Amino acid sequence: MHGTLGGPATIDAAVAPAVRHNRYATVVLLRFLRQPVPMTAAVILLVVMLAAIFAGFIAPADPFQTRVARRLAEIGTPGRWLGGDELGRDVLSRLIYGGRISLAMAILPVAVGLFVGGFLGVLAGYAGGRTNMAIMRAMDVFYAFPSILLAVAIAGALGPGLVNAILALSLVFIPPIARMAESVTTQVRSYEYVIAARLTGASTLRILREHVLSNVAGPILVFASSQVSVSIIAASGLSFLGLGVSPPNSDWGLMLSALRQSIYINPWVAALPGAMIFLCSVCFNLVSDGVRQAMEVRR
Amino acid sequence: MLLYVVRRLLYAVPIALGVTLVVFSLVHIAPGDPISALLPNEATEEMLQQARKEFGLDRPLPVQYAIWLGHAAVGNLGVSIGSGRPVADEVAAAVVNTVILAVSAGLLSCLLGFVLGMVAGLRRDGLIDHLVNLFTISGVSLPHYWLAILLVIVFSVNLSWLPPLGVGPDTSDGWRPDWAHLRHLILPTLATAAIPMAVIARTMRAGVVDVLDQDFIGTLRAKGLPPRRILWHVVRNALPTTLAVMGLQLGNMLGGSVLVETVFAWPGTGFLLASAIFQRDLPLLQGTMLVLAMFFVFLNLIVDLVQSATDPRIRRS
Repeated sequence: MHGTLGGPATIDAAVAPAVRHNRYATVVLLRFLRQPVPMTAAVILLVVMLAAIFAGFIAPADPFQTRVARRLAEIGTPGRWLGGDELGRDVLSRLIYGGRISLAMAILPVAVGLFVGGFLGVLAGYAGGRTNMAIMRAMDVFYAFPSILLAVAIAGALGPGLVNAILALSLVFIPPIARMAESVTTQVRSYEYVIAARLTGASTLRILREHVLSNVAGPILVFASSQVSVSIIAASGLSFLGLGVSPPNSDWGLMLSALRQSIYINPWVAALPGAMIFLCSVCFNLVSDGVRQAMEVRR
Repeated sequence: MLLYVVRRLLYAVPIALGVTLVVFSLVHIAPGDPISALLPNEATEEMLQQARKEFGLDRPLPVQYAIWLGHAAVGNLGVSIGSGRPVADEVAAAVVNTVILAVSAGLLSCLLGFVLGMVAGLRRDGLIDHLVNLFTISGVSLPHYWLAILLVIVFSVNLSWLPPLGVGPDTSDGWRPDWAHLRHLILPTLATAAIPMAVIARTMRAGVVDVLDQDFIGTLRAKGLPPRRILWHVVRNALPTTLAVMGLQLGNMLGGSVLVETVFAWPGTGFLLASAIFQRDLPLLQGTMLVLAMFFVFLNLIVDLVQSATDPRIRRS
């Protein structure tokens, strides 16, 4: 359809995709805004993220300031509104600061997975043949491990630490995203207009950019966003085991693990970091669901 | 069918080999010399060389891999650095505990997930469907280690009904299906079953809704088939996908229970893996991973075969 027909059609072809694209994005956005549940979830996530980014302004206390008198303070203690931890530090402030690492540890691996897995998947799907075989069989091998187990084993072998944990998690998210990208790309490749573009002599790069990527990017992005809710559970799980962030820095997983020691004294304070992980995971799930529904063409 | 079985079996071979390669690499991506964990800090360079030679670590990597694979194939997984016992024995003891937990959590999640998903699908957009949806969305987003802690807080700390740790009473010498052991099993089972149950329920619901939309159900209704018989058709058609998901979830339970086992000090494979990591016991880490991953590959194979037996369309494609 690109500049092959001559005359007015060429102008049409040059203008149409861009316009349609913008309109499509707007339609999706409007549809998303009209769904109450995903919108609420998006607002909650936005608040949590902003709180984490501006933790320095929002947190009521220094998250590292220990206070012996406030050790394991109960919920509602003045100055320790959500209680104190085993060293008397303010749990509320630590939750706000902890969000930085927890959210980064959840989002970064999926972002790496999106780029690497997306690239491998589109390549495998578009190239087909032996390239496809080689890439997808390699992915199958990583698929042969339960995902959390693989993350724990790699992070464990590399040794505890934030960077190693993120690396291990990234490896876990590459195969599923690659698989998804491969299957949509294979589908798009067989569409008639892609074949037509190839027959009219469009270069591979151009076909990929204008026809394939614009069609597969949406589904791949939505799938990747749904993985963030899995990622935050796995990431905090690594920290919970002691394989992620190291003290005195902390995220929700490590907080949960430390506060767990005091469940006989202060059980509900111990449950708070886990509640944050749960809340974020549910919200990521709902938002991703909402986007998918907004993108669906009405039957 | 036979052709499909053979093809699927052949396909499992390269995957299994790839898995062994990944597990073997685990030790070699580890920072530092794998041998240094074995020897005291004051060991001389000479002693290191000697030890390297003894463990075959001075040979080229492909040779090391071949030797390791050969040993693993006959059940020799090396010796644990921490306990000095054969890794195979340690893993075998842990596998028993993990299988007990996985079977009980598997039964619970498959049964409940199947029933919830079916009821929700049949009553689409009704109150039950919305409730189940809320329940399963929470379920798939639940950090299971947090659920485990909540269960301990409620049932062990507040109510003192159930024990928070271990597989059985302190005097226990091996697992038996009596109340003293079963009460230790309840909380870990609930914590392990939550996510799989939600995933299974969602798959089953989607399957039921999908089948109900198809034309042949309308035909069955039109020809006056009683609802019970129609239900059978719905289940029959929604089952293959659900079975596949159940199998994968069972595999996850066998392998991914590191966190739940840690919370409950349940001495299974996940617990073993965690202790291997923290003691830098690389042979134990490698051996545990190999057994778990092989189990997972095998389970995937079984799932595919069962699925193809229940759904003839797969065999033909």
